[in-house]
Amino acid sequence: MPYIPLEQHLPGITGLLEYSKETAAPIRELTQILLRGPSTLTEGERELIATVVSHRNQCTFCTTAHTAAANILLGEEETSARVKQDIITAPVSEKMKALLTIAAQVQQSGKSVTTESVQKAKEAGATDIEIHDTVLIAALFCLYNRYVDGLATVTPTDPAFYKGLGERLNNNGYNRLPQGYEHLKK
Amino acid sequence: MAHIKVEENIPGIRSLVLFRPETGKPLYDLAQVLLRGPSSLSEAERELIAAYVSYRNECIFCMSSHAAAARCLYGPDKNLVDEVLHDMQQSGASDKLKALLHIAGKVQVLGREVTPEDIAAARMLGADDREIHDTVLIAAAFSMFNRYVDGLASFTPTDPAVYEAMGERMAKGYVLPASPEPK
Repeated sequence: MPYIPLEQHLPGITGLLEYSKETAAPIRELTQILLRGPSTLTEGERELIATVVSHRNQCTFCTTAHTAAANILLGEEETSARVKQDIITAPVSEKMKALLTIAAQVQQSGKSVTTESVQKAKEAGATDIEIHDTVLIAALFCLYNRYVDGLATVTPTDPAFYKGLGERLNNNGYNRLPQGYEHLKK
Repeated sequence: MAHIKVEENIPGIRSLVLFRPETGKPLYDLAQVLLRGPSSLSEAERELIAAYVSYRNECIFCMSSHAAAARCLYGPDKNLVDEVLHDMQQSGASDKLKALLHIAGKVQVLGREVTPEDIAAARMLGADDREIHDTVLIAAAFSMFNRYVDGLASFTPTDPAVYEAMGERMAKGYVLPASPEPK
């Protein structure tokens, strides 16, 4: 049960974002820009960064939700599963391996990012903006994962919930739904 | 030197948001609403939570700047900031603030570290839902800011006077910088 009273029909992050709309607005805006805004990284690649960081922060809600979003965008389920197991042997480009390695270092601590890992990403063709966005996406999910688990929000166990959430994220992005969330009440 | 080409000698997050103002705007908006928006926690207390989490994340830039802002906001009680950063449990902070800082310290490690007992202890000392929420979100947000600032190896000044001036500006609020030089 969550540590604070949240709408029962909005598990995970959504209940928190509705509980505190003033703080939710900039968090949603930042996420929309980073994960859905113009970028030379695909939306699928950016969702993989979110997935890897959430997985390493042991946040089941965020990991399952962003895995679902990545799977829909990539059209397959193997890549998201493999990057969670092992970045280096996963079926992604050398550039993505280097960026995911940086994201994994950020998950530990900002100080864990090495000049070598950044150099490797640059040699694999990563631009400064791609490196910037990778670090900020990884840092942002260190916020989300702590927010979601730190207040003990509900983590649904039904896979159908995450499939629906993944579809909602891909249709609407990270902005608040214009009609709100009342319609999700069963 | 920073990992990406930001303007040299511009400290910390300022250099990063000048590099990418699109993401800088919501980052500054978040700092403003979390640390300066309506809350039953004082601005000084919220800055102290930010400084405490940054200290635990070993982010010298964020720790020094938010500690400076907290000292500025605490005024005559500014010694509390250094007491908390030195030894939180032995500091002169109220028991309620200690319970909230304890929760913030758990969040700094990982979300799932926070236990029902930690929350119950804070409630017993008078913390309400909103204060618990804000504490967790401030700690989570600084787990992001600290990683952003250090993950890109942004410039960290070493002169305490630089942070003192920064803290005085920050005490007035968070506005996205439009130019490298502070107003």
